[in-house]
Amino acid sequence: MDKIVPAPFGKWLILRRACQFGILALFLASPWLGVWLLKGNLASSLVLERLPLTDPFIALQSFAAGHDLAATAVLGALIVAGFYLLVGGRAYCAWVCPINPVTDAAAALRRAFGLRATWKLRRQTRYWIAAAMVMVSAVTGTIAWEVINPITMLHRGLVFGLGAAWVLVLAVFLFDLFVAKHGWCGHLCPVGAFYGALGSVSFVRVSATRRDACTRCGDCFHICPEPQVINPALYGAASGISPVITDRDCINCGRCLDVCGEDVFQFTTRFGASHALRPKQKNERANLK
Amino acid sequence: MALEGEKKRWPATAVLSATTRRGALARLGRLLIAAVAVGAALADYGRRGRALAATAIRPPGALPEPKFLAACVRCGLCVRDCPYDTLRLAEMGEPVPVGTPFFLARDIPCEMCEDIPCVKACPTGALDPALTDIKAADMGLAVFVGVDRCYSFNGIGACRACFIACPVKGEAITMELLVKDGRSVFLPTVHAEACTGCGKCEKDCITEEASIKVLPRRLAQTDTGLAGRYG
Repeated sequence: MDKIVPAPFGKWLILRRACQFGILALFLASPWLGVWLLKGNLASSLVLERLPLTDPFIALQSFAAGHDLAATAVLGALIVAGFYLLVGGRAYCAWVCPINPVTDAAAALRRAFGLRATWKLRRQTRYWIAAAMVMVSAVTGTIAWEVINPITMLHRGLVFGLGAAWVLVLAVFLFDLFVAKHGWCGHLCPVGAFYGALGSVSFVRVSATRRDACTRCGDCFHICPEPQVINPALYGAASGISPVITDRDCINCGRCLDVCGEDVFQFTTRFGASHALRPKQKNERANLK
Repeated sequence: MALEGEKKRWPATAVLSATTRRGALARLGRLLIAAVAVGAALADYGRRGRALAATAIRPPGALPEPKFLAACVRCGLCVRDCPYDTLRLAEMGEPVPVGTPFFLARDIPCEMCEDIPCVKACPTGALDPALTDIKAADMGLAVFVGVDRCYSFNGIGACRACFIACPVKGEAITMELLVKDGRSVFLPTVHAEACTGCGKCEKDCITEEASIKVLPRRLAQTDTGLAGRYG
C-alpha cells in the first residue's frame, strides 16, 4: 500500500490542464489579438463582448454587503451557477481555478517524497469559512473574501499585473506542501465550498460504474484530492449505495478515471446509477431463470 | 483502511468521531480560538485594505468609497474599456484596495469620454449607470496647492496650462486677477460645483510637482454645509 508509484499522466489530466491554461490564455491573448474572446477576469467577464459571466460567490457577498447588483452581474452569476449545476459544482476547482495547478503540484511533491499529513484539518472547515465570509461581508459592507482570495489575486495578477500577490500563492503552495495535505482546496477554500454546495445537486458526476472489477489497489484513494468521496460509491454495493459519487466535495477532476487500472470509474449523470446497473440486472435475471 | 467501507465519511471523520467528549470540547475550543484569531486578523487586514491613497482617483460614476467596496468585484472590465489606458487595477502592495480600479491624474488623467465606456462596462453598478453626462462626474476635486510654486500666481510667467487643459472650460477653472506684492497676477481658481476631478489640470501643470492636484472630494471639500450657509 505504501509503495510509491508515480501517477500516470492520463487523458483527463491533460484535458484539465489544457482547459485551465486555455482559459487563462484566452484572457491574456485577447488584448494582443485585438479580439475580445474573454475580457475581464474570473470575478466577472464578458465572452466575445456579449455573454456576461460573474462569480456567484462574489455576487452573493456583494449582495450580503448591501449592494443591489446591476442586472448584468446578476445574469452573469446565474449563468455561471447554472453551468456548474450542469457540469458539477466543483468542476470549477478542477477545470478553471488557477490555484489548482499550484496545489496539485504540492500534492504531487508530497506523493513523490512520501510527505505525511502533518496537520489534520476538518473537511467541513471550508463550509464554515464560506458562511463566515458572507456574514463578514454583511457586517463590514465589503466583499470580504476578495480582500484575500488567492484565486482572483493570482488570476487578476496574471491578466492585469501581479504586484506582491505571488506571496499569497507561494503561501498556499507551502501550506499544502508542508502543513496540511490537500490543505487549501480540500479544507479551507470557501470558493470551493460554495461551488461544492452547488455540486450537491449537480448533474455530471463520476461513477464507480464497474465497481465489481475493483481490485482494492488503492490507486484512486492515493491520487484523489478528496478521497473521502470515493468510499461509499466504490464499496457501497453491499449496503445498496449507488456507485455514483454524489458527494459535494468531489471536484470532477477525473484523476480516478486516469489512474484506475481496471477502468472502474466513468463520468455519468447523477442519475447514471440505474442506467449503469441495467446490464447487470439483466444478467441477474438471466441467472435466476 | 480503504476496506472498512461502511462509514459514509472516510477516513478523517471516522478517526475523529472515535475521540472522547472531552477531546471534542477541547477541539471545539481550539477551533473557536483559531476562528476568532483568524477573523480578527482578517478584519484588521481588511480595514487596512480599505485605506485609499489620496492620489488614487476612482473612475467616473464610482459610488462613494464604502459603497464602492461592496459593489466592485474587481473584474477590470472598466480598465479594459478605457480607451486612454487611464484606469488600472491596484496590485497587491499598492496603497489602494487590491484589485480595484483607479487612476493617477499626474500619470494619465481621465479624458472624459462623452459615452463614458468605463461606466457602461461595469457589470455590477459599482460605477453608477445613472451617470450619463460626463460633466456631472465627481471623481474628485482639483485643489490649488501652488502658492509658492505656480508660475502664474507668483508672477513668473503667463502660464495658464491648467486653465487650457480643463475640459469644463471656463467653468471649473478660471484665472482670477489679483494683486500680490504690488503686482497683478492670475490665480488659478477651481469652482467646486463644475470640477469633475478628471485631473487634466494636474497632468498639464508645468511645475515639477504639480501646483494643482486632484484629491478625492472627501479630502478636498470637507464642509460643503458651511460653504452653503455663508456662500
